Amino acid sequence: MTATRPAPATEPAPTHGDSLAATLAGTGILLRFALRRDRVRMVVWALGLVLGTVMSAASFEGAYPDEAARQSLIESTAGPAGLALTGPAEYLTDYTYASMLAHQMIGFSGVLIALMAVLTVTRHSRNEEETGRSELLRAGVLGRHAQLTAALAAAAVSSLLIGLLLALSLIGLDIEGTTTSGALMYGLAHTAVALVFAGAAAVTVQLTAHTRAASGMALAAVGAAYALRAAGDATGDLAEGGAGGGVWLSWLSPIGWAQRTFVFVDDRWWPLLLCLVLAGGLAALGYVLSTHRDVGAGLWAARGGRPRASGALAHPFGMALRLQRGLLIGFAIGVALLGAMYGSVIGEVEGMLGDVDVIQESLAQLGGATLAESFVSMVLIPLSTVAAVYAVLASLRVRAEETGGRAESLLATGLSRVRWAAGHLAVALLGSAAALAAGGLVLGVTGALALGDGGLVGSVLGASLAYGPALWMTVGVAALLIGWAPRASVVAWAMPVGAFVLGYLGGLLDFPQWLINLSPFTHVPRLPAQEMAWTPVLVLTALAAGLLWLGLLGLRRRDLELK
Amino acid sequence: MTEATDAIAISGLVKTFGHTRALDGLDLTVRTGEVHGFLGPNGAGKSTTIRVLLGLLRADSGSTRVLGGDPWQDAVSLHRRLAYVPGDVELWPNLTGGEAIDLLARLRGGIDEKRRAELTERFDLDPTKKGRSYSKGNRQKVALIAALSSRVDLLLLDEPTAGLDPLMEVVFQEEIARARADGVTVLLSSHILAQVEKLCDRVSIIRLGKVVQSGTLSELRHLTRTTIEAETAAPTESVEGLGRLPGVHDLRFENDRVRFAVDGEHLEETVRRLADLGVRSLVSHPPTLEELMLRHYGTHPPAEPDATSVGAGAADTASGNGAGR
Repeated sequence: MTATRPAPATEPAPTHGDSLAATLAGTGILLRFALRRDRVRMVVWALGLVLGTVMSAASFEGAYPDEAARQSLIESTAGPAGLALTGPAEYLTDYTYASMLAHQMIGFSGVLIALMAVLTVTRHSRNEEETGRSELLRAGVLGRHAQLTAALAAAAVSSLLIGLLLALSLIGLDIEGTTTSGALMYGLAHTAVALVFAGAAAVTVQLTAHTRAASGMALAAVGAAYALRAAGDATGDLAEGGAGGGVWLSWLSPIGWAQRTFVFVDDRWWPLLLCLVLAGGLAALGYVLSTHRDVGAGLWAARGGRPRASGALAHPFGMALRLQRGLLIGFAIGVALLGAMYGSVIGEVEGMLGDVDVIQESLAQLGGATLAESFVSMVLIPLSTVAAVYAVLASLRVRAEETGGRAESLLATGLSRVRWAAGHLAVALLGSAAALAAGGLVLGVTGALALGDGGLVGSVLGASLAYGPALWMTVGVAALLIGWAPRASVVAWAMPVGAFVLGYLGGLLDFPQWLINLSPFTHVPRLPAQEMAWTPVLVLTALAAGLLWLGLLGLRRRDLELK
Repeated sequence: MTEATDAIAISGLVKTFGHTRALDGLDLTVRTGEVHGFLGPNGAGKSTTIRVLLGLLRADSGSTRVLGGDPWQDAVSLHRRLAYVPGDVELWPNLTGGEAIDLLARLRGGIDEKRRAELTERFDLDPTKKGRSYSKGNRQKVALIAALSSRVDLLLLDEPTAGLDPLMEVVFQEEIARARADGVTVLLSSHILAQVEKLCDRVSIIRLGKVVQSGTLSELRHLTRTTIEAETAAPTESVEGLGRLPGVHDLRFENDRVRFAVDGEHLEETVRRLADLGVRSLVSHPPTLEELMLRHYGTHPPAEPDATSVGAGAADTASGNGAGR
């Protein structure tokens, strides 16, 4: 049955209004159901966004206590890199704490709320169809457009609530420069961005039959919007009042529109209207496209794949690499982009960070070396944290294959458990090191370009490779858990969390030294600021090998957990 | 029991999960070259038994031999000689069906290309579709094709045709018959009794982790009741006397026909007495597998005391053993 099938002839010919209402029958019930299913998720999103905003806002007073500190922040931010990471230069003309918040946060939290909107729409539309639940619902008294409408409405309700919460929290916090209408605009700017990308998701869910592809395309649009505004804003010139040759690029981006409300500076509402118009247009396109396809299908026919397997697939490592390649490529690109972002600002490190007490303090702890080298040592911590997240995901794939029932068929063939698990763990070991090396290489190259110092490429790449043994320890811990305490294997997430919290914030938050020492990442030599130390690297490598061996031993002797 | 000719020999197998005793002293023998039916309700322990045979689960106690080896110690070498189809096949969302078939068969140690092509054609599978877009039936087909196109000595099939349509069911039965003709041993766990009756040389019935009955279908039938329907020359009153014979149950009259069930061991005696009454027509149904199963699981309507069901007013339709063919 197609979605476009006309009503049976025996039914009284519906009037136009009736038919519209009929296509929406059941929307209210679905919306309530969707909000109920999402209640925990939405609270987490709202808390994350509101707390992140409030904490940033509250930190300004301590970070920039006087006019001099504020002035030096303006100077350091006014460069292309600073503007690319924040927003348009216009905000700098009236840099109160409130406009500082809007300048630094809207681009960032706008991406996050857009992510929330995309995931909400795909979850309640395409995912329902892909899992076949939709078919059951659509066979009942449910209009053709009810599911998409409910999905969009769920995203709209959530983003409106988060927008209002943001506004209320800013009014409550009342930092310098806050106005009630400005706070409201700040919150609703987030809502507007979310609506645009909810609309984009309403289109992408029509195109493909797969949830992941649909959310991937919509998220690519979010990424493109951020990149456009970063490229445009970077050309802005504070001396010219924010004008610049490439600023038009920012006008192609809905996130750029939200920033161009110049909230707490000018309070312009009309750019948000652009967001609403685009959101409405995209949603309308989604509705139109949805009537041109079957339930469960996408407009793009599913692509066929290879009818035969390549030779590499029958090898445990080749198989694991094939199954995990999307994850690996995604993380390698992510770490590389992070490296590019840090590398591009390395030239302005002195100006940007020189006056930030918190960062200065942690840089001082590294001692010696130039500020640029200290900066590299410090940013390798978040880079290695992201690589450790990949290491955990890739290692836990062993467990996912087991509980997902896919290991059962494989292990009934001539493939032994150890070889099967070792294939996935090898991908985790090599892939995490490769992803971090990609980040280190890009950080080194962009940094070398910024400083005109070619020697940085080698030293930064080497510094990133020094984290390899800590990543391998992460894989080892995951393997140990999978072998001996499979139900507790999520505990492996403590490794990346520990790497970040203890490594990045440990010195500042006065954790006891024994706790900081627990994380293998603490023991990695902080190159290039410090000297290379071989002992910890070798010890970590040996420990990782021991943990892997123990883990595989445990896996060999336990029952598999089968469906 | 562990002769060299037995493909599978299990004795006293115990497997517990926490407090649950999934297998409770299970004995099972599958002779080389036979198709062995493995019957039982959900949760009786069929899948657990097969997973122990595969070395995916470790037995708590008892002895288990598969193709002469220990399924836990010799898992990999045994797996090269057997193929397994689970009841609920899970595939990789980003691999095509064709890739999954090659993966499973190559890891087992090779694939018969001619059989692979032939089976793909017969089961009508599109091997270019990604795993995530296959229906349940198509996922089963992928595992079946991978198993049947490997050259193996033993097939372990755990409800392999769940989700297949009746046409594919026929193809499956033909392929199993062909495997048997090639000398392959098959352990077939199934819910489809017609499938078991058609394919299996011997049958084992499992209940609560124990095999309660094992033998050929005719042996098993001998242990249970045959339904007899007859029209006699003698008056009703004398026919009623049959109901008092040992082993006769549920005697009823339908118009002028008498209908009753008789235990296998008393069949000969009962038929002789019936002949004395002047038989005009006679129909007998051997017990169906369904009746056999129902008897073992206690959901069969309890047999009424022999004499009480006989009465002049018994013209209403008999309902007891209505499963006749």
